[in-house]
Amino acid sequence: MNLKPETFSRIDEVIPHYPVKRSAALPLLHLVQEDQGYISQEAIEWIAAKLELQPINIYELVTFYPMFRQKPIGRRHIKVCRTLSCALMGGYKACGEFEKQFNTHRGEISPDGEVTIEFVECLASCGTAPVVMIDDDLHEKVDCAKARELSARIKTEAATRQ
Amino acid sequence: MIAPPKPELVTVNIDGREIAVPKGTNIIEAARMVSVDVPHYCYHPKLTVVGNCRMCLVEMGLPAVDPATKAPIMDPATGKQKINWMPRPTIGCATNASPGLHIRTTSPMVKECREGVMEFLLINHPLDCPICDQAGECKLQEQATGYGRGYSRFIEQKNVKPKRTLLGPRVVLDDERCVLCSRCIRFCKEVAKDDVLGFIDRGSYSTLTAYPGKKLENNYSLNTVDICPVGALTSTDFRFKMRVWFLKQTNSIDTESSVGANTVVWSREGVIYRLTPRRNDAVNDTWMADSGRLLYKQVRTDDRLATVQVNGAESGRDIAVNAASERFKQGGVAIVGSGRSSVEEQFLAKKLAAALKAPAYLVSRVGKGDNLLISADRNPNVRGALVTGLIQTLPSAHLTELAASIDAGRIKTVVSLGEDLTAAGLSAAQLAKVSVIYLGTHANPTSAAAKIVFPGLTVFEKNGTFVNQQFRLQKFHKAVPGFTGAIDDLTVLAKLVAAASSSGTAVASEINALWTSLAAEIPALGTVLFKNLPETGLLLDSTPWAGLPYAESATLHYQLAQPALATA
Amino acid sequence: MSAPSQRRLIFQHIDEPGYTNDLACYLKHGGYEVMKRAFARKPEELIDEVKKSGLRGRGGAGFPCGVKWTLVDRKSGKPIYLVVNADESEPGTFKDRYIIHQDPHQMIEGIMISCHANNVKQAYIYIRGEFPGGARILEKAIAEARAANFVGPNILGTNYSCEIYVHRGAGAYICGEETGLIESLEGKRAYPRIKPPYFPAVLGLDQCPTIVNNVETLCHVKHIVGMGGEAYSKIGTPNNTGTRILCVSGQVQRPGYYEYEVGKITMGQLLNEVCGGPLPGRTFKAVIPGGSSAKILRFGERFKGKRKVGAEMVDYDWGVEDVPMDFDSLGMIGTMGGSGGVIVMDDSVNMVEALGNINEFYAHESCGQCTPCREGSLWMKKITGRMVHGEGRSEDGALLKNVADQIAGRTICAFGEACAWPTQSFVLKFGDEFKAYPEAKKNAPADSLKLV
Repeated sequence: MNLKPETFSRIDEVIPHYPVKRSAALPLLHLVQEDQGYISQEAIEWIAAKLELQPINIYELVTFYPMFRQKPIGRRHIKVCRTLSCALMGGYKACGEFEKQFNTHRGEISPDGEVTIEFVECLASCGTAPVVMIDDDLHEKVDCAKARELSARIKTEAATRQ
Repeated sequence: MIAPPKPELVTVNIDGREIAVPKGTNIIEAARMVSVDVPHYCYHPKLTVVGNCRMCLVEMGLPAVDPATKAPIMDPATGKQKINWMPRPTIGCATNASPGLHIRTTSPMVKECREGVMEFLLINHPLDCPICDQAGECKLQEQATGYGRGYSRFIEQKNVKPKRTLLGPRVVLDDERCVLCSRCIRFCKEVAKDDVLGFIDRGSYSTLTAYPGKKLENNYSLNTVDICPVGALTSTDFRFKMRVWFLKQTNSIDTESSVGANTVVWSREGVIYRLTPRRNDAVNDTWMADSGRLLYKQVRTDDRLATVQVNGAESGRDIAVNAASERFKQGGVAIVGSGRSSVEEQFLAKKLAAALKAPAYLVSRVGKGDNLLISADRNPNVRGALVTGLIQTLPSAHLTELAASIDAGRIKTVVSLGEDLTAAGLSAAQLAKVSVIYLGTHANPTSAAAKIVFPGLTVFEKNGTFVNQQFRLQKFHKAVPGFTGAIDDLTVLAKLVAAASSSGTAVASEINALWTSLAAEIPALGTVLFKNLPETGLLLDSTPWAGLPYAESATLHYQLAQPALATA
Repeated sequence: MSAPSQRRLIFQHIDEPGYTNDLACYLKHGGYEVMKRAFARKPEELIDEVKKSGLRGRGGAGFPCGVKWTLVDRKSGKPIYLVVNADESEPGTFKDRYIIHQDPHQMIEGIMISCHANNVKQAYIYIRGEFPGGARILEKAIAEARAANFVGPNILGTNYSCEIYVHRGAGAYICGEETGLIESLEGKRAYPRIKPPYFPAVLGLDQCPTIVNNVETLCHVKHIVGMGGEAYSKIGTPNNTGTRILCVSGQVQRPGYYEYEVGKITMGQLLNEVCGGPLPGRTFKAVIPGGSSAKILRFGERFKGKRKVGAEMVDYDWGVEDVPMDFDSLGMIGTMGGSGGVIVMDDSVNMVEALGNINEFYAHESCGQCTPCREGSLWMKKITGRMVHGEGRSEDGALLKNVADQIAGRTICAFGEACAWPTQSFVLKFGDEFKAYPEAKKNAPADSLKLV
């Protein structure tokens, strides 16, 4: 498994946190996904071996927990809260706006490869609805105007990268 | 024998009937004892309890006590202790009997719970019973009939899931039929120790699968088919061959090792379609190996022996017996018995050896035990040969002593009960020096070299008993008629014994008649007879044979006997 | 009657200018002093303080915390674990987020006191995966506390050692259920366990006795030990002691979090005065008082009965606005205080569509282990989805309610109720809207609010 040296060291650090190795399954999946962008079949088998489990034990987790993905996504991950409080304040509209801005549909990588937009369930920031997470950062009160602004920022960053 | 400790009994009340059950018995099992059916899917007596199907919901009540004084609160109307009924239903599989526990399985609440669960299980089910192999032994069908509402309110799109997935060489999966009870997953993990199945995805989209690239191919994979309560897991071998309701069930014993797993033979009009395990809590629980399930295929093969032969020519039974008798008169006879023969056959072989003053041998077959239901001793009945006195010591794989006797010219005739003597170490030259009288089912180098051949019956075509590694006497029954031309080995052996004995008196060959003399002549068998031997067998007193260097290591329900303490 | 002022115990420093989440700031505000005093006391005394306080769990069920601690099997000889439920995921709830992000040391102090009280040597904080920043903040805070010898081996020379690790979830609501959380912490699918026999207090993490407490609950423990259980029990109302963080979201002028003494504020005061009432030109239509699984209340309905005030039974006749925001009062009117998440809907909302939104959530989050919830939650979603996007039928409301009735009370865990209660209460209280929906849909304006 080809992981960054710091990922390996964090993996070795986290396993002894638990009386039973298997408990480290979720932490390892997070670390590997942060390193690789997604969980490949190779990663499943590697983690299983590392924790002295069968691959099915890890595969069961990857498919149960929505945050783990088995395919690469766009460079930025836009997660729009779909749940009631956000929907009441216009979550569906915000999601639609992002889709429009990046000419894509939920669950797909945008044609420019820049983003993957997804509906997710409650992000626990209902008081500032509608909310959106872009990668690890929470954005609050995302109406259509703010969605356009956030999209523009992503596009600018993409342009400067080129 | 040491009697097991008596379990503590507690009295519970199920639908108004009191019954004393061992403490800790769950409600499904306790209800079974009073013939009350508590329907279920996920519960299996030999697997851990997970309580996920919710079909076994029942109403539960406990005797009322005063919270302060713990004194019973009596109901003036009945004069009995008041029962506090819980407002919510509880699952029978995870509720254990406790003193005074009351259960209702027929109340409106229970009826409604069952109707609800049945409806839920069927809304995403394809309802493809006409082409489903499980039809006729499907718990969904049975319980929909017994406990369902009988009509559907579901007008939405059903979930779509993978169909006809080959989980392994012997098991096919239809995920749309799966009720996610997890029995198969638990079996693989807990019994077969081969953790390859699991659920992926979530909620109603949860899907049973084997890990991509891995196969369900352990030698116990077909048990998942047996315990699948629905048509999700089916057997590649049995699939689409026959509707189960046409099949006749006959109790039998697995012959692949000395474990003696209890089995059922499923046949129709003389043809066997499948073998499945039969529950015996002292031997194989509810399991058997996949390899043992294929043994029925030996019944109809091209190499079955179907004619009596004398000197290479087709002959008749009595002519062949006379020919054998002539050989016997010349003396120098040896008997090669078999650990595959039944106790009855070994008993007659022993009589034949006695009448001819012939040495008797057995051939061992030792493999690797799998710690579960295949033991190292691949003969089903070596201990039968000890009990009947056919042999006194454990056999070896090669007939070295017999070979030497042949080379020395002491042995002129060898009677083989189904053993291929070449496989047991006799050379072609040695075989050529003797006349072989062969009783067996399939052609082999020994039958080809034999002067006299009696075609015999497979375990599926006759009645008899085996003694397994625990010294448990277990019986098997004739499931299908004998192969055309084959003769019951007992008949041939009885005639040979008669021919060999000086008096020439007839010897019984019918199994029940034979058992009268078996019981009389073999003290270890006690008073048991074939007809009253329980279907789950009878443990014999094995002390006369204790301490022999048996080949077996530990398997399910079999530990090695403690080695005898060395005396100072 | 005008609304009382907030009583900020837990949220004392939340959003306070200049207050930071590092140890120095916390110490400057008297941090870890309560812990130091607590470590000098016998564990049983601390448990006793918590019992006396009357503290009820803030995660949703409102189970008395002291009782929970008393149920722990202390004779097994096995280690006892404390697992902090920071999986805040009940829609409408967003209190723990602010504690974790802005005042993590308050939580750590509460954890350490609770660990000491229960002879716990190892605690885990199970934080929801959607709080990656929160997880980092907690890890940093624990490292600071460890460096200051507040966490780790031989704490402040007391010979008592206790470690805390942060464990991230990965987006599954069911991990909020305590036995599902334990399974998840064991590296498995978060399938809740059957109880009996798997009560966490006896057979929890790795089959060892385990205490699972909510973030806010553990923060309260710090304040209880600080002021004494007796004093704490005087805050709030009898059987509903202490303060409570109410999270208001949805269609109000000023959504947000507000901390009040339990039972001292009514729904009307909270929504109209504190939150500034409905959005311009709108009127309140309905409110869910305790997270999306709590049964909905319809403005205009009335609740009558008798309730205990002191030693006396008195009649009550409440509108939605009159209901005190405490566990018992909300329970009395057929709903619950739950996690304190108050979701407000105004007259722009179609209730079929609002239920559709909720049903989608629960169908997505059902773990799929047991039949009624697995199949029932998706069926309800399919029905409301069809009503909104396809052919609605006037009988769908009755069918929905019947499906929900077949789930509640028959599942392994409380998710069965959580997914059934919205449907049961929406159909019961807005049955007219469900009946009329096929017609109403035809006449809906094109730009109406989309919820499904």
